[in-house]
Amino acid sequence: MTMPVADTGTRLGIEGVHKAFGRKPVLRGIDLTVEPHEVVCLIGASGSGKSTLLRCVNLLEPIDAGRITLGDLDITARRVKANHVRKRIGIVFQAYNLFPHMSVLRNITLGPVKSLGRSRAEARDEAMDLLDRFGLADRARDYPDRLSGGQQQRVAILRALAMRPEILLLDEITSALDPELVADVLTMIRDLAATGMTMVIATHEMGFARDIASRVCFLDAGRILEEGLPEQIFTAPTQERTQQFLQRVVEAGRMGGGRSGA
Amino acid sequence: MADPAPPPDLGSRRSRILAGAGGRWTAAIGPSLIALASTAVVVGLLVWLIPKSKGYEEVKTNFFDRAQFDDSLPAIAEAFKTNIKMFLVIEAIVLVAALVIAVMRSLPGPVFFPLRVMAIIYADLFRGIPTILLVLLLGFGVPALQIEGLPTSELFWGGASLVLVYTAYVSEVYRAGIDSVHPSQDAAARSLGLGRMQSMRHVVLPQAVRRVIPPLLNDFIGLQKDTALVFQLGVVEALNQASIDVAATFNYTPYVVTAVFFLAITIPMTRFTDWLMTRDRRRRMAGGLVA
Repeated sequence: MTMPVADTGTRLGIEGVHKAFGRKPVLRGIDLTVEPHEVVCLIGASGSGKSTLLRCVNLLEPIDAGRITLGDLDITARRVKANHVRKRIGIVFQAYNLFPHMSVLRNITLGPVKSLGRSRAEARDEAMDLLDRFGLADRARDYPDRLSGGQQQRVAILRALAMRPEILLLDEITSALDPELVADVLTMIRDLAATGMTMVIATHEMGFARDIASRVCFLDAGRILEEGLPEQIFTAPTQERTQQFLQRVVEAGRMGGGRSGA
Repeated sequence: MADPAPPPDLGSRRSRILAGAGGRWTAAIGPSLIALASTAVVVGLLVWLIPKSKGYEEVKTNFFDRAQFDDSLPAIAEAFKTNIKMFLVIEAIVLVAALVIAVMRSLPGPVFFPLRVMAIIYADLFRGIPTILLVLLLGFGVPALQIEGLPTSELFWGGASLVLVYTAYVSEVYRAGIDSVHPSQDAAARSLGLGRMQSMRHVVLPQAVRRVIPPLLNDFIGLQKDTALVFQLGVVEALNQASIDVAATFNYTPYVVTAVFFLAITIPMTRFTDWLMTRDRRRRMAGGLVA
């Protein structure tokens, strides 16, 4: 079976990134380096800029200032083609965004065939391997509306993996799921982390972040206010805002073990 | 302790079963029977009243003359083939041309500004002028220019007018479909490294077109009827053939014959469109329940 692991270690660099929607600033000078095989979790309240940062990294949103590098390449430079960058960086969205008019298999092979130029047969075999590995092989011919939310999100992850990305961005991928469906998706991400996939994860699942992250960044009002090892951020945050945020999370009862034990 | 007496028990159960069956019978067939009866009464009244109404004989001989009907039928049927051919050819061209215009209008970014503006002007212009006016303008006007290389056939220019007008309408239908596909679908496609046009072709358009099939069919019902407009140019199609017959006999039955031909095409199309729309709505509701 093919393991979709990034064997090439690519460093992601985010330097002084600013982004505003109209006159409303969303990112106000973000600096972050993600080393190969690292799993960085972005936490913070809704509207703190987590999703926007991920969308900027995948060039779905243009940035106003700063630069983003992938290895030695400045991907925010004018001459760089967004399509080429997106082939190297995968993203999974909160609402899955599967293509409803295509079978699960075609959802997964579309990118490799149309954008990487792989042969249909090769893309199909690889997609089937992936589906098989994550226990979804029997859903290959189904259309997305026949799948549960959890299955749809897992297919969306496989769709991104089929591109063999060097880095995977996960944008609150469990936020739209019913609680009982979250565990399967998180298990899948743990498996990926174990294979050495470099990931940047925006999440509200604090327990999960705590156990999977090599590093946690707390975003507040468009800035990284605090970053460090998960133990340090979750047990001894230095910033008052971080303490307040975590306090609220605990009160909301969302500090559990990634809900996997629930 | 004696067991409950069987006869009354059996009896009551049987009566319940009968009542139940009766209830079901009423539920299933009752309304149909009522509908049938009321329809019979209404139709009966009409059949009885209409011949009594003033001018009935005149209407009958002038519009519904059996001999006239039979006489004019073959020629009109022959001419109606022209309408069908026009419809099929124009429809094929419109489907493609309108898609091009709609996609032009959906192109983002400042580079494509002129294309977007052209598409908007086109759609505004040709939806804004009466179809018959354009038919006359192009059908009589262009051949009169006697420009070398341009076709002089009235049929060609009549057809071209309909293509221009219906392309404008249908491009708007397509555009509504494209707009109805959520931007996150395009984002998902682009995130896989697909280009703008690839995303349009493989992800956005297939969903858009599926959604607009019913309104598309509606426009084609209109187009089918509007093929009769080229009669003004002297093209021999069904309506023109009918007019020739009417002029010869001063009996209007050939017009009714022509109407019957158009209805034979448009009514099934209308019913089919309605059926598609109902099915669509039901699916969306079912989908809403699942989601």
